Amino acid sequence: MRFEPFIIPFNIGLYFILVYVVTRSVIWFRDLSRPDKLRLQRGFFGIAFAMSLKEIFMESLIHRKILKTNLRLGYMHMSLAFGWFLLIFFGTVEADIFGSKHLNAPYKAIFFRFFNPDHGRTGFEAVYGFLMDLILAFILSGLLLAVIKRFYSKIVGMKRTTHLKLTDRIALTSLWLIFPSRLLAESFTSGAYHSGSFLTGSLGNWFATFLPAKEMAYPFWWLYSISLGTFFILLPISRYMHIPTELFLIFMRNSGIRTGDKAGSYAEVQTYSCSSCGICIDTCQMNSSAGITNIQSAYMMKAIRNNDDVSEIADNCLMCGRCDAICPVGIELSPIRMIQRRAMEAENDFRNIYKGYFRSRQAIIPEKANVSLNYNFLGECEPEKADVLFFAGCMTHLTPGIKKSMIKILDASGVKYNFIDEQGGVCCGRPLMLAGQDKEARELINYNSQLIWKSGAHTLVTSCPICYKVFRESYYLDVEVLHHSQFIKKLIDEGSLKLNFLHKKVVYHSPCDLGRGSGVYDEPKEVLSHVSKLEKSDFEDKNSLCCGGSLANMKISSADKKKIALNAAGELTKNDPDILATACPLCKKTFSSVTPTRVADISEIVAEALNLNTTKKITNREFTSMKELAKI
Amino acid sequence: MNKFGFGISPGRQIDYDSNNREVARYIFENEPSFRLCIECGGCSATCSTGNFTGFSLREINILIKRGENDLVRNALKKCMLCGKCTLVCPRGVNTRNIVVLAKRAFQKSDEYAL
Repeated sequence: MRFEPFIIPFNIGLYFILVYVVTRSVIWFRDLSRPDKLRLQRGFFGIAFAMSLKEIFMESLIHRKILKTNLRLGYMHMSLAFGWFLLIFFGTVEADIFGSKHLNAPYKAIFFRFFNPDHGRTGFEAVYGFLMDLILAFILSGLLLAVIKRFYSKIVGMKRTTHLKLTDRIALTSLWLIFPSRLLAESFTSGAYHSGSFLTGSLGNWFATFLPAKEMAYPFWWLYSISLGTFFILLPISRYMHIPTELFLIFMRNSGIRTGDKAGSYAEVQTYSCSSCGICIDTCQMNSSAGITNIQSAYMMKAIRNNDDVSEIADNCLMCGRCDAICPVGIELSPIRMIQRRAMEAENDFRNIYKGYFRSRQAIIPEKANVSLNYNFLGECEPEKADVLFFAGCMTHLTPGIKKSMIKILDASGVKYNFIDEQGGVCCGRPLMLAGQDKEARELINYNSQLIWKSGAHTLVTSCPICYKVFRESYYLDVEVLHHSQFIKKLIDEGSLKLNFLHKKVVYHSPCDLGRGSGVYDEPKEVLSHVSKLEKSDFEDKNSLCCGGSLANMKISSADKKKIALNAAGELTKNDPDILATACPLCKKTFSSVTPTRVADISEIVAEALNLNTTKKITNREFTSMKELAKI
Repeated sequence: MNKFGFGISPGRQIDYDSNNREVARYIFENEPSFRLCIECGGCSATCSTGNFTGFSLREINILIKRGENDLVRNALKKCMLCGKCTLVCPRGVNTRNIVVLAKRAFQKSDEYAL
């Protein structure tokens, strides 16, 4: 067979990308920490491998999660990914069965029609040709959607689509050109030889009526090869790097590797796995309510990939985790954002060699050994001994209603408890962590830990989800940490609380740090349905909204916060409930200023429902207050 | 010379020309709501740290605006960033960001000095 020069661009591109991906994978593997390496090795020979294969099929090819979120967008992704996969797979099989010999070079399959123009006239060949045309039509339908989406994103049900940088644009154009040029090239060849199936055949025959099909085919085969080659060469520096990277990510995740709190190989793999599909943009309340459109996770990932300064983007986020919950690739977006916030303390030092093809890792700031303590004014603590500790947290101190209700509930339950920050305590440390100041946060954590250890308690109850999350994740405690909703649930189950039923319609707003942040969805709802008529909202569990008051956002103005709060409260009170219930003092405070509906914390509702007419034990607290009264 | 037990108290004149107002400028640029502060002291009243020490964000805001940075530098580190001040602020000043920016400004100026 004669040599055809048009296969050169494709071959260069293909071998380049194969070598590149292997090199990059080796670099990523080398940079993993030792335990993570072992995890990956173990995962490779275990059940994780089978799970990964299944996930790759379901997510990377079929795009099940995108289909569930948005059918049209999902179809677009599926037709391009799964369709292309089928085209390559059946193309290779076709070249193997019908070609002159077995085990061909890849280009033989890709340019099969050029080398076998007479193929596919009769019998089995024709059926196979029909299948190949069908796959091509499948891809082209998705491509049509993609083109329309780029200029008019509403057509696929998205309010916005991602902005692209130059290399992304060139890569996108070459991707768009691949399939139409294949269609035209195959059609002209089929037209010249009167072969081809329903798509290429009929199109080719029609072209052949007024065009010199044989001469026209050759430039389109060139175009097909060049666009493939260009796409492969640009792949590592464009967003399409997600195609190979996502496979690596799925293996890593199924082997049990997690992001953690330091920049590293896994965080980088996740960054490159982002396909900029734009689902996080639509789900972000900063976009939909406040109109801030440049900070969404897809843009953060892009900025990290481009080694841009991400400090503005990383800081300007409520950390509600809605994007984490909906990301079809399963990227841990919030932890990655936290890593960026921590890194911000020092100037980012990237050395960008090879024009972005290889990225040097972010410098990790060495911790200073001799640091003076910032909070040495706190001194030593001497807490009272108790079984149960109640830690109200800073935010609860600003919402005295919750504090009073909790005291009422704790008194009524008869447990021996100690209100450790009754006189105003020390912050839990999460606000500092959210500002990227972990070292300072550690000091507060140490202080509070001592307070908890010394009290000898077995249970720690907090009424603030922000505190709850940090107590569970960043403290090393041997006590059971409970949010007050969980604690009340426990009291109800034990029968320590006698509750009346309030005949009120209640809608529950799940706070971000409690729900998505800590996975506590059911207990608050169970408590609420025990004492009131709990109704469903449109935003349940993982899809729950953010009140906008989050402490995580350092940049947002109070006007924008209010916009988010207004929208969220409006959505939740759509069905006109009597009470908008929440389980977070910050949510309560934010919502109560923007809605005429009564906003109440779960503890306030329970305290209201308390049946105190039963034989009442006088508690320690009431006893001392009575003594004080007697003195007066 | 006799010692009478008293001396001349140091000048308390606020000289806007000689004071270094770089930190204030940096905060104004990055957090415009700093200008909204009416120095009501709500932040200081609710402050978690203020509960333990004489730390006062109101005082810090005033000192930064005057350019009396030396008095602020170490006091700032006591802030726990808990955010109560932001919630009580009647003017919607993003107080947490002011503290973070001030810390960063001092860090930067220290780095340049070294």
